[in-house]
Amino acid sequence: MRRIISMLMENEPGALSRVIGLFSQRGYNIETLNVAPTDDPTLSRLTLTTVGSDLRIEQLTKQLNKLVDVVKLADLTEGAHIERDMMLIKVRASGAARHEIKRTTDIFRGQIVDVGPNIYTIQIIGTSEKLDAFVAAMSDVDILEVVRSGVAGISRGEKVLSL
Amino acid sequence: MELLSGGEMIARALEDEGVEYIFGYPGGAVLHIYDALFKDCKIPHILVRHEQAATHAADGYARATGKPGVVLVTSGPGATNAITGIATAYMDSIPMVVLAGQVQSHLIGEDAFQETDMIGISRPIVKHSFMVKRTEDLPIMIKKAFRIASSGRPGPVVIDIPKDLTRPDAKYEYHYPETVKMRSYAPAQRGHTGQIKKATKLLLAAKRPIIYAGGGVLLGDASEQLTQLARELNYPVTKTLMGLGAYPGTDRQCLGMLGMHGFYEANMAMHNSDCILAVGARFDDRVTNTVGKFCPGAKVIHIDIDPASISKIVMADIPIVGPVQSVLTEMLAQIASLREKDSSLPDKPALEHWWQQIEEWRAAHGLFTGRRYGESDMIMPQQVIQSLYRATKGDAYITSDVGQHQMFAAQYYPFDKPRRWINSGGLGTMGFGLPAAMGVKLAFPDMDVACVTGEGSIQMNIQELSTCTQYDSAIKIINLRNNNLGMVTQWQDMQYEGRYAMSTYEDSLPDFVKLVEAYGHVGIQVTNLADLDGAMDEAFAMKDKLVFLDVIIDPTEHVYPMHIAPNGAMKDMWLSKNERT
Repeated sequence: MRRIISMLMENEPGALSRVIGLFSQRGYNIETLNVAPTDDPTLSRLTLTTVGSDLRIEQLTKQLNKLVDVVKLADLTEGAHIERDMMLIKVRASGAARHEIKRTTDIFRGQIVDVGPNIYTIQIIGTSEKLDAFVAAMSDVDILEVVRSGVAGISRGEKVLSL
Repeated sequence: MELLSGGEMIARALEDEGVEYIFGYPGGAVLHIYDALFKDCKIPHILVRHEQAATHAADGYARATGKPGVVLVTSGPGATNAITGIATAYMDSIPMVVLAGQVQSHLIGEDAFQETDMIGISRPIVKHSFMVKRTEDLPIMIKKAFRIASSGRPGPVVIDIPKDLTRPDAKYEYHYPETVKMRSYAPAQRGHTGQIKKATKLLLAAKRPIIYAGGGVLLGDASEQLTQLARELNYPVTKTLMGLGAYPGTDRQCLGMLGMHGFYEANMAMHNSDCILAVGARFDDRVTNTVGKFCPGAKVIHIDIDPASISKIVMADIPIVGPVQSVLTEMLAQIASLREKDSSLPDKPALEHWWQQIEEWRAAHGLFTGRRYGESDMIMPQQVIQSLYRATKGDAYITSDVGQHQMFAAQYYPFDKPRRWINSGGLGTMGFGLPAAMGVKLAFPDMDVACVTGEGSIQMNIQELSTCTQYDSAIKIINLRNNNLGMVTQWQDMQYEGRYAMSTYEDSLPDFVKLVEAYGHVGIQVTNLADLDGAMDEAFAMKDKLVFLDVIIDPTEHVYPMHIAPNGAMKDMWLSKNERT
């Protein structure tokens, strides 16, 4: 099952490599990875998505929790949550296709953030699923470049991941 | 407040931490530190001949004393040479602090002379590591390193120290903190009472119980509590290779070691049990054989300080995260209160039946019967260990290397006390025994310390004979010499039709007696069984000499029992070359 695991870690050099290293060392997969500082400059928030059985995920979260740099960890998929992935996609947009791309972008509630005589750069925000769907909808279009931020997530309601 | 340079801070912090020995090797990046040690530091420094030996010596010291071992090495090759020893300590959860020099801060990343990314290289084999960025941070980082290394599930911690941060002319205020808090590091202080209650009930209701004790019992200083619990209930105890000594090896309730080369009765009792109390053990693949066939009828209670060890391999029915000592103490109290209410607990008739069964197994295929000794006139390796046991009255510190000799020592030297058996269990590091024995001997100079080894393993760190000369390390080296890589040839016999692929040395072995004499030690070669006991006594009578006993043994002997793999269960064993369960 796909899981979104989010953690607060010390904003120290080497902390990220310890998390990443653990995955390769123990044979886990990372599908997406997102890391950035938080409002507290001493802490980074790292969110990753991975796939595995319940047992494997339990072992993985225990191993992550053992890392001295990991301060707090949550499996967001255990409860209601919001996930967002951001994609920038550059496509060839000329002739009749130009209009069609614009319309599809609107349907997905994306924005065209850069325009050239023959290209559009589109920004789409949503779940990974939605982003995948948009890429699928562009199947007739010449896709030049795709950049995704990786999933960031947060629990719904009162539940917070903080110190 | 006193002003100290980085190098002086390190020397002082190690003193303030109560460090007894530093094991190390100087080099460019740590010269400021060495100068500070030389000028003003009370801690003796042991100069090894290879950095790997520094880590093993510190490791041996740590295993015997329970205190963290301290290592000081230079950057680059000094650091990489230490890696095997750090990995060895990591696999067996041994507390160790490794101070590694690094090139000057401004050179980092430029492929400078003797530069290596020590933090990166050591990452998967340390409990934690620190890269020092500011000299002022050294005391707190050292304090943190010792705290992390020695608390919770212990392990090695590396501190990477760029040379410029230790220079003598840059002085800063020094204060060594009494304690240190880390928001992201809080090992469990006690077990969950509800879980302990549940576990105690299950344990007392068992009809075929067994206690499976691992290295965690020794690391957590819980041998006393474990012994009390086992005796209170009259339950059988089996121990892992790392747990030997956790419960008296000569006691009737002790079934000996379990696992791949475990005792027949131990493996049979595990397989047939209905309740396993696992204490500080991790269901290693050398214990379980095929996990899917592991102890089919058993409920598992698993006590461990490390939550990640629980249900990693075998699902625990009742997990208890906490220090084994406090959990067992609480369990003992629970047992007392449950038995007060119901004095029939545990089920004595069932237990009597269980013991009867165990004694039958023990009588049928137990060790110490001599029946597996070969027919040849040669000395059998088991006899050497038994002679060693007799000569030391079972009260020595025994280190070992890795291979057949290690298994023979584990099987035939029953340890009655904790921390007496010092071996590389998890990583299986050949070359561990001699330097580890040096570390143990420093900690306990008045005790007998013997290194059981083979001619393969001993040559992996034989240069340390020179260190032993320098520090008058009067250890005894018992070389079980079969003139081949014994465990390798055993597998080649069993699985490769006796094709000894690169596991023999032709006639290239040194004359070990002459070799140790060249270092200033005593060498004795034994070829006849009739001379064995006399030579052993002679060796241990030389209290202030390193004696190397080169015992020529039967090269064809295999270690038995041996788990049948793949697809075997705990109960499936080879009992000799042609007998199996």
